[in-house]
Parts: sequence; C-alpha cells; structure tokens
Amino acid sequence: MADHHAPLMRGPILLTGLAALAPVCMVFAVTTGSVATGWHDVWLAMTGPAAEPVQRVITELRWPRAISAFATGGMLALAGALMQVLLRNPLADPYVLGISGGAAVGMLGAMLAGITATLVLTGSAFLGALVSMFLVFSLARGGGGWTPTRLLLTGVIVAAGWGALISFLLAVSPEQQLRGMLFWLMGDLTYAENPAIASLVLAAGLVICLPFARHLNVLSRGDLQASALGVNTQPLRLQIYVVASLLTAAAVTLAGSIGFVGLIVPHLVRLLSGNDQRFLLPGAVLLGGSLLVVADTLARTVLAPDQLPVGVITAFLGVPVFLALLQRGYR
Amino acid sequence: MNALLETTELHVGIAGLAVCRNLTFSICRPQCWAILGKNGAGKTTLLHTLAGLRPYDHGSIRLLGKDIDQWPRRDIARHIGVTFQDCDDRFPSTVLETSLIGRHPFLRPWQWESDDDRSIARAALRAVGLAGLDHRIVSTLSGGERRRLAIATTLTQDPDLYLLDEPTNHLDVHHQIAVLDTITRRVREQGKSAMMILHDANLASRYCDHVLLLYGDGRHECGPVSTTLTEANLANVYGHPIHRIQGPAADVFVPG
Repeated sequence: MADHHAPLMRGPILLTGLAALAPVCMVFAVTTGSVATGWHDVWLAMTGPAAEPVQRVITELRWPRAISAFATGGMLALAGALMQVLLRNPLADPYVLGISGGAAVGMLGAMLAGITATLVLTGSAFLGALVSMFLVFSLARGGGGWTPTRLLLTGVIVAAGWGALISFLLAVSPEQQLRGMLFWLMGDLTYAENPAIASLVLAAGLVICLPFARHLNVLSRGDLQASALGVNTQPLRLQIYVVASLLTAAAVTLAGSIGFVGLIVPHLVRLLSGNDQRFLLPGAVLLGGSLLVVADTLARTVLAPDQLPVGVITAFLGVPVFLALLQRGYR
Repeated sequence: MNALLETTELHVGIAGLAVCRNLTFSICRPQCWAILGKNGAGKTTLLHTLAGLRPYDHGSIRLLGKDIDQWPRRDIARHIGVTFQDCDDRFPSTVLETSLIGRHPFLRPWQWESDDDRSIARAALRAVGLAGLDHRIVSTLSGGERRRLAIATTLTQDPDLYLLDEPTNHLDVHHQIAVLDTITRRVREQGKSAMMILHDANLASRYCDHVLLLYGDGRHECGPVSTTLTEANLANVYGHPIHRIQGPAADVFVPG
C-alpha cells in the first residue's frame, strides 16, 4: 500500500503554508458566533477593554475554546502520525489501540456514578486511558516479542472489549444522562475549559518527538532495516508508544473521541509533501489543529443555538476527503 | 592480516534447525566471501547473526576484535552495512530519500543530510544505474530497480563490511555483472570487504575469493575458492550432481 504520486510540494513550503493557515483559522473561530464580532473587536479585546459582552465572549469563551480545539486537533494528528509509524500501518489512528475506549469507560462509569465535577470526570477518563495503555502494552509484550502486528491485534481486541463495556454502560444508564454521554463519545469540546494544559502537552509531545523524526523515517522501513542502520528499535518503539498514548489520552480526556483527525491529517500531509517525519509531524500538528478549530466553530454555529458534537463535523469533513484520497491513487 | 569480522566456534540455530556448528572463520580486508547453500539452509539467518541482528547459541562474533554484543548499534552500522533480501515499503518515499537513509548512522539526532551526503547518495544511485530517478516514488519501480536501490542504500552507507543477501536477485545479466563489479571494485580499491549470499556458483567463483558452504545440518565448509568451491562440495551442498567444465574464459559449473 503506497501512494504512487510524487509529493506535490517540498516540506518547508508546506510548513510555511500551514503556519500561515493556523492563525487564519483561529481568527475565523474567534470572530464567528452568536455575538457578532469582527477583526476590529478581536483586536480591541486583546489589546484593551472592548465593549461588553464582546470583551467577555472573546477573551473568556472563544479564545480559550479555539486554543483548546487547536491543541486537541494537534495532539490527535501527532498521535495518529506516530501510531502509523509504530504499527507500520497507514490505516492506524490514535484510537486503534483502545486508548479512547479505556477513557470512555472511565468517563461513562464516573457519569453513571453520578459524578458531575469536571475534574473528577476528566480524571477518570485519563485513568481509563492509562489503564488501557498498560493493559495493551503488557499483553502485547507477553510472549517477549513486540512486533507491530502483535501490538495491533492486541490493541484492536482490547478496543473491542472496551466497546462492549461502553455499550453495556449506555444500556444501563438513565435516559437523562444518555445525551451527555453520546455527545462525549462523539467528541465534544464544550468542557475543554483549560487550554493551557492541552497546549503544554502538545508542545511536550512535539519536543520529545522531533529530535527522533529522522529515526522514525528509518523505522518506517521496518525493524530489521532500522536496526541495521543503527537504530535501537525497541526503546524507540516504546518511546513512540508512550508519547502517542499519552497524547491520545490527553486529547480524549479533554474532548472525547473526536474521529478522523488522527487518521486523515497525517495522510493529507503525507500526500502533500511525502513521508519525511521531520516535516510530517509538525505539519500534522498545524493542519490537525487548524482543522479542529474550523470544525468546532462549525459545530457551535451551524445549528445555533444548538451545538453539534464536533466529532460529527470532523466525520462529515473527513469521510469525503478520505474517499477522495483513495481515488487519487492509494492502492 | 587483521580481521574485520571473525567468529569462534559459533553455533547458530533457528526453529530447532542447526545452521552452523563450530563455525570459525575471519573476514579480512580486502576479501570477498560468498555464502552458498540450498534453500532453507540458514544463509540469511547466519548473515543477520553476523550483523548482530539476532542472537546466537554460543561461540563468539567479534567486530574489529571486540565482541559484537558490546558494540552500540549505531557504531555497528558505521562498520557493517546489510542489504536485505526483500524490503517492503508501506509508506511512499522517493528514490533519493531511500538512498539517503544510508547516511543515518553518521548523523546526529537533529542533524540534516548535507550536500555531501546527497552527493554520496547520488553517486551510489549512479553506480547501480538509477541516475536521474531521484524523485520517482519507490513503489513505481520495477523489482530489479528496487533491488538496485537497496544496494545503492548500502553503498551510500559505505560500510567496511558489506553483507549482501542475494544481491543479484531480480537482476538481469547485465545488472548482475554491473552490481557485483561495483561491489568488488570497492572491496579491492578501498580496502573494504564483502560477504554475499549467492545462488550461482559461477558468480561466486568469478567475484569472490573465499566461500562458506552451508550443508543445512550444521556442517559447513569454508576457505579459498580454489580449494573449497569444488564439484564434490557443491554436489554435497545442493544434493545434485554438479560438473565443472571448461568455458571460454574460465571453468564453469553446470548442474548434471
């Protein structure tokens, strides 16, 4: 399975373009909503007090939410790109190893127990993600071998187990809680209140991965080839697994299982400028962040005053884009 | 003669099968070794073992006098280059990118390939007849072209010891000769050494000075081509009669 077309543009050009796209998307998000605002209001709100309620809407609602959306999208895209290298499978996404399932069981379980404190809810989701991460890792390692295939199969089966538990929890949950649960399962940024943590996690993930980006290029050609070229494959694979898992856990904890970003964004970047991870990883972060910012803005405005789960929008955008990619020559 | 790679009483096995028992030999510069053996005799397993890529039962393998297990992987890769039997590319990459990964062991984590690295990679591509295909996507190449690209990657790595697993696989006669010419010229002119798995005793006798014969049951034979590559030994290796007849330039081996 490989793309037969030469990359459309060089890495630096792509990164420059994406770096320019991101602020445009942020401004779009901040100026769009039920309270009409323009560039001018945003500028005023950032530099000095603007008229109420515009000041409050922009600085307390839209900016934090746009930053949370960007960081979440960036984390998912980065985690997806790493998972694809780790599993040597272009179809891998951040959720394929069951991390989102573990988080969902933690979250739904806490909701079912009647907990409403956001901190406790996100805490249980994160705990669920960690449990899933260690479970998959220790099961995949069981026989000593730690091959991509074994890891993938273990993850897929554990994810299926979480899926069954989620169905069970939904079945026994009272009617009035179902809507909130379903929103969370589909991905929803309403509760992503603290943009600082998400931004920090994303930055840490990038800082850890970028020095090893060229190692990932070699690793994507297979363990044996990578070893022969001097890569310590097992420690590197463990490192990618931990980083990708923690990024996914953080994203899912913040915003539920937002689909397609982690699958499609790395593919789009790869299609545009090739598989060099030194461009692919930062490119995926920029594009994933921008995509989720736009999707979230649409999610809260298309049916205003009702909000849609952002996962619905990313899926609506993602399915046609992915099918178009397939048509373009993936075999 | 100081040995580049040497083994002492090496035992290698895989899945209950003995590949070699008590194998003691050494590869010195500028030697060119061929490994011959029938299918499933363990040639690839032995090659990977010599590159430090898999464990062995007992004995020792020393690279430049130091036990191979004591070497950091990156340092091994600066001395030993391996061309694998097959490579599967799951992700798209260009011909030049693929050749350039041969420079990986020589670069620090943040370091980018320099113009020098790129000219080394381009020279390697030229040497295997892939000049001008820099930006082609690897999956659009033919089987023979991909084989030559894998060899170019090892040429870019420019190791002291070339370990080549069936380098002539998929290649037409012209490219078989061209590739082996390139490798053996490097061995002779730059004081390198090579060990390659071959299926053609004639290529072995034409290009190599030493052979290692694997009988498939742990027994083996190694030594200079002139004394080791004989009708009787080859017949033993393949379980098929082999005749040595006089050819126009040199003697040739033909199956009986």
